[in-house]
Amino acid sequence: MSRLFPRCSRCKTSHFIAFLKHAHYVCSKCGFNLRLDAETRIKMLCDKKSFKILDEHMKSEDPLDFPKYREKLQQSMDTTKLNEAILTGTCTIKGFPTTIGVMEPNFIMASMGSVVGEKVTRLLEYAADNHLPALIIISSGGARMHEGIFSLMQMAKTSAAVKRLNDKGLPLFTVLTDPTTGGVTASFAMLGNVIIAEPAALIGFAGPRVIEQTIGQKLPGGFQRSEFLLEHGMLDMVVERKQLRNVLGTLLKIHAQKPYKGDW
Amino acid sequence: MGEGENQMKAIDVVKLARHTKRPTTLDYIKFMVTEFLEFHGDRRFCDDLAVVGGIGFLDDIPVTIIGHQKGRNVKEHMKRNFGMAHPEGYRKAMRLMEEAERFGRPVINLIDTPGAYPGIGAEERGQAEAIASNLYKMSTLKTPIISVITGEGGSGGALALGLADRVYMLSNTIYSVISPEGCASILWRDAGKADEAAEALKLTAPHLYEKEVIDKIIEEPGKGAHEDYETTAKRLKTALVSGLKELLALEVEILLEQRYQKYRQIGVFSEPPEDQ
Repeated sequence: MSRLFPRCSRCKTSHFIAFLKHAHYVCSKCGFNLRLDAETRIKMLCDKKSFKILDEHMKSEDPLDFPKYREKLQQSMDTTKLNEAILTGTCTIKGFPTTIGVMEPNFIMASMGSVVGEKVTRLLEYAADNHLPALIIISSGGARMHEGIFSLMQMAKTSAAVKRLNDKGLPLFTVLTDPTTGGVTASFAMLGNVIIAEPAALIGFAGPRVIEQTIGQKLPGGFQRSEFLLEHGMLDMVVERKQLRNVLGTLLKIHAQKPYKGDW
Repeated sequence: MGEGENQMKAIDVVKLARHTKRPTTLDYIKFMVTEFLEFHGDRRFCDDLAVVGGIGFLDDIPVTIIGHQKGRNVKEHMKRNFGMAHPEGYRKAMRLMEEAERFGRPVINLIDTPGAYPGIGAEERGQAEAIASNLYKMSTLKTPIISVITGEGGSGGALALGLADRVYMLSNTIYSVISPEGCASILWRDAGKADEAAEALKLTAPHLYEKEVIDKIIEEPGKGAHEDYETTAKRLKTALVSGLKELLALEVEILLEQRYQKYRQIGVFSEPPEDQ
């Protein structure tokens, strides 16, 4: 795959990288929102130079001594130049401060193991302790198989941290991107006080193939895509990528206001 | 530790955990709970028969008791969807747990499920949201919760009843993020290697206890619970009563702080000393 002329993963059209970047990495042919690596996403959303990283050096161990896990980790670290499947920190968006987490699709499918769970939890606790909102940009293949029960438990750990943040009167905003599946969807992703999805993102609990195999039928068109979830009441908004920074800015602005006590 | 099953292979434990003659939630309730009233419905959509629940007395303690119900024969398996719940099953469970909180009753959850049902209706009605919502609400439920894996602890569908102050496993049960067959398909493109996957996943009770993810293993009699319902239920009840008495003595704020820390500390990772 050419670096200068990457292909849209849906319609396979090649695009000149500079035009693609200008179009917010949305395919001009078919409209598909291409998967973004975490650093690119941070550059697109955060005010220039405002991102300050947290927990940068956290790395995974191999608690189950699981076949091929250490190799997979090393491969992903080499490919992404990141230590794990999420970058967390603080930033401002349109001048409003927030904590931010961005998942890295190229790191073992952004699956959640101990490190993703710990970084998300620390991010939520940091927000609670510092009176900040939390914003997480999500893409994930689900809970990471290679860490077994430790991955599953991260669902409980992160969900409990969201509750603590909310109990302090602070919001979690989640932005679901393609794909968002499994144990991540079934924990903090669907616990956003405001849940935004990018257009046509695959979002669900079970994967489409598993569902097809279980029910022995073909799935309806558009099943588990953002628009389907919107119709079925599971999301607040579907937002085009080029509008996302604006929408997040407005969300942060409204939530930053103290309760109105005007003269009625 | 075990009654002669120290060296049992993981896949053999899996088979026992899935044994069709194992006691079901309703069986345990019959042996352990007096004056049981079964309740139904999520008040939103329907009554999910894969999950049962209600109230009664465990000795003299009023309790809410909930669990997956697989059923005992083919007809019941179909009716109960083999213990695979839809969102309405998790929402029914949560409704009953919130009633327990309201009226000061502890909660007992008996977990035995291959997983949350992967169907069209389940996704349409928010399977992920239902599970997440249960985790969110259970994390601060102001009453003691004890969850017990009585058969299969199938991933998120199990955890949705499993965020608790104490988590126990019967000795011939499994608790896993993925089934051995699913794991084998992904790792080796061969679901037939489920026995190797089961070893790799370390999904049996001794492993989970050693890794401090569960709090107690309840020994099953003889070859397994399927051979002796009464003894298994008696041992389960003893463990529950003892656990509840300990938890009911705690102030609610302390109970909730301990519950948060229980999950807060699960995870294995490394970071340089100055970052800690």
